[in-house]
Amino acid sequence: MGEVMQLKTGSEGIGVAGRRFTKVNEIIERHGRTPSALIPILQEVQEEYRYLPEEILTYIAVAMGLNPANVYGVATFYSQFSLAPKGKYVIRICDGTACHVRGSEKIKTALWEKLGLSDERKTTDDLRFTVETVSCLGACGLAPVVMINDRVYGQVTPEGINEIIDQIIAEEEGEKNAPEEN
Amino acid sequence: MNAAERNNFVLIDQQRIEVNGEKSILELARKAGIDIPTFCYHSELSLYGACRMCVVEIEGRGVVTSCSTPPVPGMKILTNSPRVQRVRRTVLELLLANHDRDCTTCDKNGRCKLQELADRFGVRKIRFGERDEKLPLDESAPVVRDPNKCILCGDCVRMCEEVQGIGVLDFVNRGSRVMVAPAFNKKLQDVECVNCGQCSAVCPTGALVVKSEIDKAWAALHDEEKLVVAQVAPAVRVALGEEFGLPPGEIVTGKVVAALKRLGFDKVFDTCMAADLTVMEETAEFLNRIKKGENLPQFTSCCPAWVKYAEHNAADLLKNLSTCRSPQQIFGSVVKRHWAKKLGKKPEEVFVISIMPCSAKKFEAARPEFSVNGVRDVDLVLTTQELARMIRESGLLFDQLEVEAFDMPFGLTTGAGVIFGATGGVAEAVLRTAHSLLTCKPADEYANDGLFNFETVRGFEGLKEAVLEVDGLEVKVAVVHGLGNAKRLLAEVKEGKANYHLIEVMACPGGCVGGAGQPVATGGEAKKKRAQGLYSADKLSQLRKAHDNPAVARLYEQWLKKPNSSEAHKTLHTSYQMRGRITGEEITLLTSKQENKINLAVCVGTCCYLKGSYDTLKKLMEKAESEGVGDRINLHATFCLENCEKGGPSVRVDDTVVSGVTPDKVESFFTENILGKLKIPAESQ
Repeated sequence: MGEVMQLKTGSEGIGVAGRRFTKVNEIIERHGRTPSALIPILQEVQEEYRYLPEEILTYIAVAMGLNPANVYGVATFYSQFSLAPKGKYVIRICDGTACHVRGSEKIKTALWEKLGLSDERKTTDDLRFTVETVSCLGACGLAPVVMINDRVYGQVTPEGINEIIDQIIAEEEGEKNAPEEN
Repeated sequence: MNAAERNNFVLIDQQRIEVNGEKSILELARKAGIDIPTFCYHSELSLYGACRMCVVEIEGRGVVTSCSTPPVPGMKILTNSPRVQRVRRTVLELLLANHDRDCTTCDKNGRCKLQELADRFGVRKIRFGERDEKLPLDESAPVVRDPNKCILCGDCVRMCEEVQGIGVLDFVNRGSRVMVAPAFNKKLQDVECVNCGQCSAVCPTGALVVKSEIDKAWAALHDEEKLVVAQVAPAVRVALGEEFGLPPGEIVTGKVVAALKRLGFDKVFDTCMAADLTVMEETAEFLNRIKKGENLPQFTSCCPAWVKYAEHNAADLLKNLSTCRSPQQIFGSVVKRHWAKKLGKKPEEVFVISIMPCSAKKFEAARPEFSVNGVRDVDLVLTTQELARMIRESGLLFDQLEVEAFDMPFGLTTGAGVIFGATGGVAEAVLRTAHSLLTCKPADEYANDGLFNFETVRGFEGLKEAVLEVDGLEVKVAVVHGLGNAKRLLAEVKEGKANYHLIEVMACPGGCVGGAGQPVATGGEAKKKRAQGLYSADKLSQLRKAHDNPAVARLYEQWLKKPNSSEAHKTLHTSYQMRGRITGEEITLLTSKQENKINLAVCVGTCCYLKGSYDTLKKLMEKAESEGVGDRINLHATFCLENCEKGGPSVRVDDTVVSGVTPDKVESFFTENILGKLKIPAESQ
């Protein structure tokens, strides 16, 4: 056994996938295995994975003693849950009344064009960006509004959103040398 | 009349109706002879109140759903007011707008509740256009799912979850995109569906139907080269008449035989003969287990939906299932492997079609273990409903057919085989034979004095029990029907709380008489009548114990020698396989890019999970890290290694599965199976 221990691996321990999975279990343990805890559990697991992978949903069902069909039903009911991987940057374009009349459509078209997305294709292949529309972000005074992850941008124009995206891409490229998760 | 009595009345359509503990206006109105329409109301399921067909108008309260509103004395209720009529018609129009209306080619044409109610309420025009989206059908299992015809009443969802205790189906998505589907939109064959078909039995439309295989039957019947043999299950003879206007429970055995002959079957035999043979084998097996005290309680294995349920959910108890094949498969085996030989025919020249009350029998007949050299023992399974359709197609006037008797030799049966079709029947048949064998009473001493009828296992109670006492030996028997009841009993058995020797399980409520292949029977009444029909047929039989069947005796004489002989084991018994509850991907935890690596998979399926497989997994990851071999391992969490029987948690190391790797054994497991394996390439580096 001694020789084996000398094996130098250079690995990062149990790795991202392993860490995430242990986190799932922590989340379930913390909330307890009652059916009413399902939604908060799904929310936290989605934070961890950025979406709800099928196998993780099955695992949650097993761990909580629920049918996979029930868990799938809940996960597909709420628009906040995504069963497809989302990008690192989730861009939410507000399409409430105020934003709509002040040109949110144009911002959406500009973003779609810039990132090669459409109504069916919401996430870029490199899993960097996801573009969604939401009904109201509650910041009508700043219309049209766009949220990128947790940051709110007000009075956005098609040109302005292009600049913001360029900036993010530039930052990302700069970080590329540093090892990125996934 | 005093005030209290006067206060106990409601007015329904100006009629004074007394409230007598009814839970809903719907229940009360139906008792008063008013047929309020429903889609989502079933007395055996929980209240849902979604279909809005049962609306009534209450003075001062407006339009409410009568299924979920209790009657309050003094209420003035209108069940057919202009508002009620308008609501019902609009609801029907909206349902029809989203429903694939190809009625003429639909399997449920003529039996569809949506069609019936649209007709009853005079819906002649739909103002909202047609469904523009066509979703794919799932034809992977004996139950075919057509989401385009679903009206979202949720009957199937509640049936599967509440009565059958499985929960294969649920609502998916929201708003206009809602549909009923298995988890992750998988096909029914890829989830833990047991093919009992009870979902299709409650489905008001053609969204869930039992797959029709009539064309294959006609093809075989029209094939001159083939000798086509029918076997008719007991429950068919007390239900087929309903399709032709006869009352439930009427015994139409003679007409069924006559009809099959006229359809072109060369031989028409009785599955009850095979049931008698099942009793012989199963009783011998049971008495042997009692003697040795092993693998008790013994579970019956006649019901293919129960067998598949056990394979998914009770892997640790599979050794307790009787190894006997079901009567359907025993019959197939007898005909193909013995009778055909005597006729000088090859198995492939004989085509066995069984007429069954059941959708799961279609799955059973197709199981690979019931084929020899690619030739199936039972070539085709038709349901009672499919047979009715063939009779109608051929133009036979069923009620006018002259009765005929089953062909010999496999038309000779006893009452024991006949009662297999009702819940409790198998247990009673086994008890009758076990009692005779244990007491060594000659056959003619059999008395109908109730003691040997074991009537406590009859009836529609969810769990029935009986005790047989012979010479100080006490045999405890339990009977359950409906898989939800089976699930509860299984939990007790696993906890060691239930102390039985023999447990009969039938998946469908009522047993085979309530199978999904039977004519649609709403409520339990028709099923009870059918069961009564079977018990009367049993009572009318001269022979009522399986071991008195001369046809069975001859099979032992000429072929099988004795019950549980090696020949019997080869042709009449079977084995079971563990099945995961869902097919799916594994969770990737560690990925190795090295050439010399180990593939590890830890089972996190229900069985292993409950035995702590998560902790095993976590310890394995920690251990891999502390030993510095994290990059030499591909580690996955998987949902079933189908090793539940040997005791979890199970871990797969490359191609071998190691069982019983509890968290405290990780240390030694790791040293032995992982470090040991990695050592050689490590030293050579």
